[in-house]
Amino acid sequence: MTALAARRRHPLAAVALVLLGLLVTGVAYAAVTPARAQATTTSTDDIAAGKALFLANCATCHGLNAEGRDRFPSLIGVGAASVDFQVGTGRMPLQATGPQAPKGKNKFTAEEVSQLAAYVASLAPGPAVPSAQQVDPAAGNQSNGSLLFRTNCAMCHNFAGKGGALTRGKYAPNLAGVTPTHIYEAMVTGPQSMPVFNDSTITPQDKRDIIAYLGAVDSETSPGGFSLGAIGPVSEGLVAWVVGLAMLVGCAVWLGAKSS
Amino acid sequence: MSIDQTTHGTGHGGSDGHSDGHSDARGTDVATTAGGGLPERFENPGLPVHRHRMADVDPKAAKRAERQVAALFGLSTLGTILLVVAYYAVPIEPDERDRWAQIAQTLRLSNTLLGIGLFLALFGIGAGAVHWAKTLMPDEERIELRHPMRGTDSERADAVAILQEGSAEAGVGRRPLIRNSLLGALVPLSTIPPIVLLRDTGPLPGKSLSETVWKAGTALVQDPVIGEEKRIKASDLTIGSVVHVLPAGIEDTEHPLDEIAKAAVLVMRLNPADLDEASQPGAYEGIVAYSKICTHMGCPVALYEQQTHHLLCPCHQSTFDLKQNCKVIFGPAKRPLPQLAITVDDDGYLVAKSGFSEAAGPSFWERG
Repeated sequence: MTALAARRRHPLAAVALVLLGLLVTGVAYAAVTPARAQATTTSTDDIAAGKALFLANCATCHGLNAEGRDRFPSLIGVGAASVDFQVGTGRMPLQATGPQAPKGKNKFTAEEVSQLAAYVASLAPGPAVPSAQQVDPAAGNQSNGSLLFRTNCAMCHNFAGKGGALTRGKYAPNLAGVTPTHIYEAMVTGPQSMPVFNDSTITPQDKRDIIAYLGAVDSETSPGGFSLGAIGPVSEGLVAWVVGLAMLVGCAVWLGAKSS
Repeated sequence: MSIDQTTHGTGHGGSDGHSDGHSDARGTDVATTAGGGLPERFENPGLPVHRHRMADVDPKAAKRAERQVAALFGLSTLGTILLVVAYYAVPIEPDERDRWAQIAQTLRLSNTLLGIGLFLALFGIGAGAVHWAKTLMPDEERIELRHPMRGTDSERADAVAILQEGSAEAGVGRRPLIRNSLLGALVPLSTIPPIVLLRDTGPLPGKSLSETVWKAGTALVQDPVIGEEKRIKASDLTIGSVVHVLPAGIEDTEHPLDEIAKAAVLVMRLNPADLDEASQPGAYEGIVAYSKICTHMGCPVALYEQQTHHLLCPCHQSTFDLKQNCKVIFGPAKRPLPQLAITVDDDGYLVAKSGFSEAAGPSFWERG
């Protein structure tokens, strides 16, 4: 007590006090704030720029504070991954009303997308954009990915990821040519009709395996010849009937025709 | 016997006195009405004019057709050679186990060449034979008359007499012991073995179709089971999540695939407020589990739409509404998907509260 009292007027006391205060504030802040969900650091400038972009492009439907209304969902807590997926694949801003927002052309630069994502992520914590290492197909196990894909994804997206129909005009899109990052984000966030596959139900390693499998399906040559869209019996049946039957009819006509 | 009634036409010409095909007499004997309209009755026009083929009249054309047939047969030979060469020349064995993707290209080449070779080999023979028949084999009309199927009266009387004579000589009527013992052999042979043999196709399924591995306390594990079973923590499921689920220990049953076909389950987490009263008792904080086997034809109903909470069966588009205890809202299914009532154990992992509310899967005979 006396020792502390004696040094109270030391010239460096104020400096020490300020440092101590900063340390306590910093530790408390780090303890209280949820873990930053961003793979890359975002600055307050990004968030401000993102908010400006949001107000100009998204607020009409999602509300000035991203709170949503009626059929337009709130974006609080959807995370950067959702924004990166929806805007990065051109689904948002919505082009027209319909059963489902189709894939479109991304109207923003990569920087603008990340600014928008930073703004939405700043509203409440949510799934982050995965790192390049998390979505590296080369690091995934295609065989395990195939097993997981067939159990969890193939019923909607087709065994080769070619997509398929859902109810009332909705559909599961074709996965050919979708970037690994967007595949990862779709699994984490569950856009539109798609359910959520969080890191507990499908671990990040499993997600990378699925990405590796889809990459392999995309790049592989079909050993059977024409894949005909790999959509199963519809296209194969059409070709069999049209081409095969035409050949049979041609042969029958030739058999019946009298020789000249 | 008088089979010789068959009359073979001799070359061209008809049996009814029409001129042969060489004269241009076709149609001249058709009676027409005065007005030029429909005739009162159609006369037999006879055979059409016989038109000779090129190969019949021109030896050079015949020679050409001969060469064409030979070329088609030769094509078949080439196809066979291609088939055999391609079979050995194009390697389809992967160098290493995991390099399957690399050989897809050569596999495709192999398949294509084998297919073309086999096509040429078979089609060449067929096309050559047809072309041969059409161009070079005899081409002349021939008439075969039909004759009555019925035999003459004397033939029929002969046949009856033969049967009667045989019966009398065998003495069936005179020796009842033989007749009766023969009946005693035939009747059991035709009745007892079918009953005994068909019985062994049983027993009836009993309750095996109504019962699944699920019972109170069975843990829910993730499908597919790779190595260790992965149990599901209720707190790990976020709203909108879907997990494909099997009962714990299913791989250890006698016939795992048979059991999976009845016991596969889909688990989803919704906002609890979205669930109606009927589905609430079996739910745990918005987590619901339903049989994945369609009540129509048994396809896996796994197309879950997260926003509408509809489950769609890909086979016949039966749609089930998760919000209304999986009631059928579209398609041919007649019954809702049975719910698996769930709760959590002491560690927060999902377990079944009881078996399915009713028999899972499509209808069957013994189903109550």
